[in-house]
Amino acid sequence: MQGFIDSLLATTTTGLSRELAYLGGMIGFGALVVFGFILPMAGITSWLERRVWAKIQSRVGPNRVGPGGFLQWLADGLKNLLKEDVIPEAADPTLFRLAPYIVVAGFVAAFVAIPFAGSLIIADLNIGILYISAVTSLVVVGILMAGWSSNNRWSMLGGIRSASQIISYEIPAGLSVFPVVLLSGTLSMQGIIENQGWAPVDWHMFHSPFTLAAFLMSYIALLAEGNRTPFDLPEAESELVAGFATEYSGMRSLLFFLAEWGNLYVIGAIMATLFMGGWQVPAFTDNVVLLTVAQFGMFFAKTYFWVFVAMWIRATLPRVRVDQLMSLCWKYMVPIAMVNMFGTALVMVVIPEGSRLMSYALCGLMLFGLVRFGRRVNYHLKRSRRYDTVGAIMPV
Amino acid sequence: MEEFSLSVAAFYFMAGLTLLGAGGVVFTENIVYSALSLMVSFFGVAGLYIFLNADFVAGVQVLVYVGGVLVLTLFAVMLTHQIAEIEVSNKSVGRVPALLICGGLFLVIAKALRGAEFFTTPGGQVSESSTYGIGNLLLREYILPFELASVVLLAVLVGAVVLSRKEVIAPDGTPVPERETIPLTEGQRVMSSPRAALAGAAAKQKVSDV
Repeated sequence: MQGFIDSLLATTTTGLSRELAYLGGMIGFGALVVFGFILPMAGITSWLERRVWAKIQSRVGPNRVGPGGFLQWLADGLKNLLKEDVIPEAADPTLFRLAPYIVVAGFVAAFVAIPFAGSLIIADLNIGILYISAVTSLVVVGILMAGWSSNNRWSMLGGIRSASQIISYEIPAGLSVFPVVLLSGTLSMQGIIENQGWAPVDWHMFHSPFTLAAFLMSYIALLAEGNRTPFDLPEAESELVAGFATEYSGMRSLLFFLAEWGNLYVIGAIMATLFMGGWQVPAFTDNVVLLTVAQFGMFFAKTYFWVFVAMWIRATLPRVRVDQLMSLCWKYMVPIAMVNMFGTALVMVVIPEGSRLMSYALCGLMLFGLVRFGRRVNYHLKRSRRYDTVGAIMPV
Repeated sequence: MEEFSLSVAAFYFMAGLTLLGAGGVVFTENIVYSALSLMVSFFGVAGLYIFLNADFVAGVQVLVYVGGVLVLTLFAVMLTHQIAEIEVSNKSVGRVPALLICGGLFLVIAKALRGAEFFTTPGGQVSESSTYGIGNLLLREYILPFELASVVLLAVLVGAVVLSRKEVIAPDGTPVPERETIPLTEGQRVMSSPRAALAGAAAKQKVSDV
């Protein structure tokens, strides 16, 4: 970013005006990212998620506003903006008003260090991934604040559940980052991506069996941190009404959901950056603009793949119990993440150059698993279609 | 007088934030507000670390203090019933001792700061980020203290597990292993654990001994 502004200003200005220009540029680009990317992306994800569930559950889903219901998110947003902002009498009004903003600030701040393409990033921080896990802890504070200030049992229980869940799963999530940091020797998001290649064999994910396991641990832990199914206990509809968001109405309640859907993108971006080579594309052209567009497309596709996986999981898996949640974290994920860390270090000591053969083998294993899974799904889909034509089971 | 620039303004903003947060912690009567003011103060301190080019320390400050310590504090505060509506009946009690202790502490810190020698870098600028240096020092030169610290943490973990685990001794003196469920036998409706059964037996035996 700074280099870009430097080239804009050339050599004419110095001192304070230059610093102001940096600040202006940062704020301008940040605002562009928030309003031009995060908001529409979170909104479209909300529509997409409902359509995807509907497909999985043999329903139609929102299809009225715009082509295929595409503009549903705009209609929902507008409706919620116009709704009355109800603040319960027993609530603590200051904290009640403040809480949604803190939650949104926590997840938007993560976008500062999330890359979009080789040259597109708000700030390539030296401590990139550490910064992201640090600022997202603001979300916990916001959720606790919302739960407490609502002065409602459901809200309080939701807030406490969410906080205990997030601080527990931060440990496996953090431990799963270590193998990648060991491999790339940096915490910077761009540095981590530059350490990988465009081909799947060069991804961190396929470096050794330990990094592959770290990759899976990381996704599960991030899902739990994002309060997503099967870990959506904080807003378990069947138990807690809407958890910490129970008392919220109108735009304030929408802000919580904005943070949830936006968080999906953050989860995907972290997975794509750490383990899947980020924006790396083969160098097919010298044109910088074309290359940047290709890199953006690649990063977005990888990120959105993980968003889709989260949607499929939400549509198919039931919610875990609190004790299962905790035993999964402390009895299984933390030890496995520890083993991954030491295993990666061991592999790096024994084979410092990394083994191409192992990478190809792991790649092949993953491909085999995906093909098996695809065939199995296809088989069941075919069977269900045959029943349709016979008329034994008709989906509504 | 220093030349005014945005970084100086940002420094005063961060320092002000720290002091404002710290003041909020002390002066608000509602303890939840106190805990949340602490968060403002933590963020101000993290900003000050960034000014010292200690971005790694700043990141860890936010991660540990906001993500860990503050959340645990909030947990404790929020789980305490009606903590916001505490009425202090006699406010003047404790003011004089508090003033004495705080004044004394302030004097000690001021004295220490006045006598301290600060290392300054030429030009007042540290060019390199400290992350690389911290990593190298921790894992090369100071590896032994680093490992010792993790042993202490391990001991704490083991201690917590030992404290939270209730050991059940069978009547013959052998410890009974913990089991969550046992397979249901025919006609058995209520799940009971052998531990509980044995604990009950042991208690009964004690009673009969007496």
